[in-house]
Amino acid sequence: MTEAKIRTEEMLLNMGPQHPSTHGVFRVVVRTDGELILESESHIGYLHRCFEKCAEGNNYLQVVPYTDRMDYLCAMMNNWGYAVAVEKLAGIEVPERAEYIRVMVAELNRVASHLLAFGTYGLDIGAITPFLYAFRDRERILKIFEKLCGQRLNYSYVRVGGVTFDMTEEILADIEAFCDYFDPKIIDEYDNLLSYNGIFISRTANVGVMPADLAISYGVTGPSLRGSGVQRDLRRDAPYGIYDRLEFDVPVGTGEMGQLGDCWDRYMVRMREMRQSIRLVRQALAGIPEGPFCDKKAYRAVKPKAGETYKRVEGARGEVGFYIVSDGTNIPYRVKARAPSFSNISILDKLTSLSDVMVADLVAIIGSLDIVLGEVDR
Amino acid sequence: MNLFAFTTIFAQAGKGLGEFAGDYSSKWDAGTYDGGLVFAGIIKWLVTTWGVPEWVPLSSILNGVLEASVFPEIGALLITIGLVFGFVNIFAIGAVWSERKVSAHMQCRLGPMEVGPHGILQTVADGLKLLAKEDIIPRLADKPLFALAPAIVFAGVLMRFVPLPFGDQLIASDLDLGLFFIAAVGAVEVLGVIMAGWSSNNKWSLFGTIRTATQMVSYEIPIGLAFITVIICSGSFSLMEIVNQQGGSLNASDGYVYGGWIWHWNLFRNPFMLVLSITYFIASLAECKRSPFDLPEAESELVSGFHTEYTGMRFALFFLAEYAAMYLVAAVAVVIFLGGWWSGIYPLDALGLGPEATTLAKTLGLLIKIGVFLSKAFALVFVQMWVRWTLPRIRLDQMMYVCWKVLLPISLVCLIGSCLWELASGGASVFGFGIVVE
Repeated sequence: MTEAKIRTEEMLLNMGPQHPSTHGVFRVVVRTDGELILESESHIGYLHRCFEKCAEGNNYLQVVPYTDRMDYLCAMMNNWGYAVAVEKLAGIEVPERAEYIRVMVAELNRVASHLLAFGTYGLDIGAITPFLYAFRDRERILKIFEKLCGQRLNYSYVRVGGVTFDMTEEILADIEAFCDYFDPKIIDEYDNLLSYNGIFISRTANVGVMPADLAISYGVTGPSLRGSGVQRDLRRDAPYGIYDRLEFDVPVGTGEMGQLGDCWDRYMVRMREMRQSIRLVRQALAGIPEGPFCDKKAYRAVKPKAGETYKRVEGARGEVGFYIVSDGTNIPYRVKARAPSFSNISILDKLTSLSDVMVADLVAIIGSLDIVLGEVDR
Repeated sequence: MNLFAFTTIFAQAGKGLGEFAGDYSSKWDAGTYDGGLVFAGIIKWLVTTWGVPEWVPLSSILNGVLEASVFPEIGALLITIGLVFGFVNIFAIGAVWSERKVSAHMQCRLGPMEVGPHGILQTVADGLKLLAKEDIIPRLADKPLFALAPAIVFAGVLMRFVPLPFGDQLIASDLDLGLFFIAAVGAVEVLGVIMAGWSSNNKWSLFGTIRTATQMVSYEIPIGLAFITVIICSGSFSLMEIVNQQGGSLNASDGYVYGGWIWHWNLFRNPFMLVLSITYFIASLAECKRSPFDLPEAESELVSGFHTEYTGMRFALFFLAEYAAMYLVAAVAVVIFLGGWWSGIYPLDALGLGPEATTLAKTLGLLIKIGVFLSKAFALVFVQMWVRWTLPRIRLDQMMYVCWKVLLPISLVCLIGSCLWELASGGASVFGFGIVVE
């Protein structure tokens, strides 16, 4: 047989919506040449639950539980994003104690979310043990939250005007104990086991390189953007709550293992952010004042004047923004959510076309973007 | 290469199996070690020496049957097959359980705890569940190939147990080309895997199949080079002979091998062997598709690779083959590098050897040697598990890179280095203890 007669074909491969590494019901149709991906096309919408329409039929306080179910891995930040938007619209003052509690729960929730990202990323790359380690420590945070508000995932804890329950001395002691327990874990166990593992670095460095300008043009935010070396964190650049009074660093990708903005950088930003979060929790613990935990009036009902507002907070995956239009009744006229995962995942097809990507790399890229499909589809 | 190897090997295997019923018992009694002895020989020796205890019903008849001349030809063959097959199954059950326990304790979990003490019967329960499961063949699958593939994979692994010793003299058939047989029959497994992935008519299975074929064919080469080096140093393909040489031949003047010290093992024969044992271990991980070379069944990429579409017992056969292969590569490593059944402690090894040894000493020595061999192999299996639960998975191109650009050159250097060493030292080890070559 001569060379010319051998014909190879491209294969159309359907990855998802049921696939362990798409982190939910996400579908990528890839055109492959052997293991090499020539083109990928993302399909979303399998988890659409009409959040924005539901919000138009419930009063301002009843919308909070819907926000939990957007990004179910960091529900506190979604609650908070919605709460600050309504508070700005209705001109509600949040008590000092509530602001401190919000920082604490939000940062703990960020740690829990990044822990899951760390664990599942290990799974994507093929290391199973880090996943179990991450879940062991995440469990401690969930126990604290369960004690605090009776929920482990969909907290609805941060509400308009403050928080739902006060934080007891016992829970404060638990949080302190967790900080002491967790701080050394990151270096001793996680970094040793996964971050600086040779195979892990060879799998993630120089893979899925996301240049900063491209990331900005696609609206990528959060750790995925910071992985490309862009110093942007809403907690510092557009402070809300009491973040302007707290000290913390914004870790960004350094490109130390390969090119700037590769999967390893995005992963490492999350690892370093966990340490900053613990630092923030410690500061909040030290400074928490006595007082009411929620605005008395807003606890019962909220009825803003007609108008519109947009507020955003730094979630675990990026900017969580809420655009709310009020017509003067106790039911919002329109709520539009800006979900970070939605923007972050939009860059996937571009990333696979930028360089030679193999099927295993596609899994690594999706994992490093750390998407939550509940948020993408809402 | 392998097709040619097959024809040679099958002729050889047929010869070996035909010969096994020969004069093994007389050889055992004479205490010589010139091969040709089989598993069954030792069983017969044990039973006829100790006899069936009198409290066993019909003990006199059983003893009579054992003494009868018809026993070696048929009974020994059946017992040999039964023992090897039984060992593989029991090992797989134990290994699956210990894999789950090892992983659990590495991951701050308990693992199976419900079925039996510490969940020891969990694998039995799982096996029964798999037996009871519906056997599903996908509608668009190539049915004959689909049904045949698991059997071929399992048979491919099981066949490699033929020239593999379990202890002193405990071998199904001591083939002259033992190591060659093991390397060659490994290709049968690849064939079965390709059949499984292709006939499943599933793109993900096909991916797994291509990866498996690429990986197993590539990694046969560093393994083959390790074999060749050992063969050159030992001057024999036979696994029995390779192990016996590592006994050190202390006091070999009267024609007996009494065992030696730990430095008589091939591992310490020369510095190249030490390096080679590491390349062999890495390649053997790839050969049996273990992490970090578990690309063929990468859970997070391909879900489970070539056996995605299999259910019930057909799936269990793949699983069984995988664990059997784990033991096999570990046992081969023990044979070619780690001194086989020699414990490396001279008094222990010498127990029960020589013309003056009592029956009790012989039996004890035999049992110790089985124990030593199995514990070495199990220790290596444990290291395989340890590696699996620690490391992430490498990518396809990196897998090829490791094989062709790292392991292959190192193995070649070790091969040449070992040859030169043998030439210069006249067969002496690092420690200057000569291996008696007649």
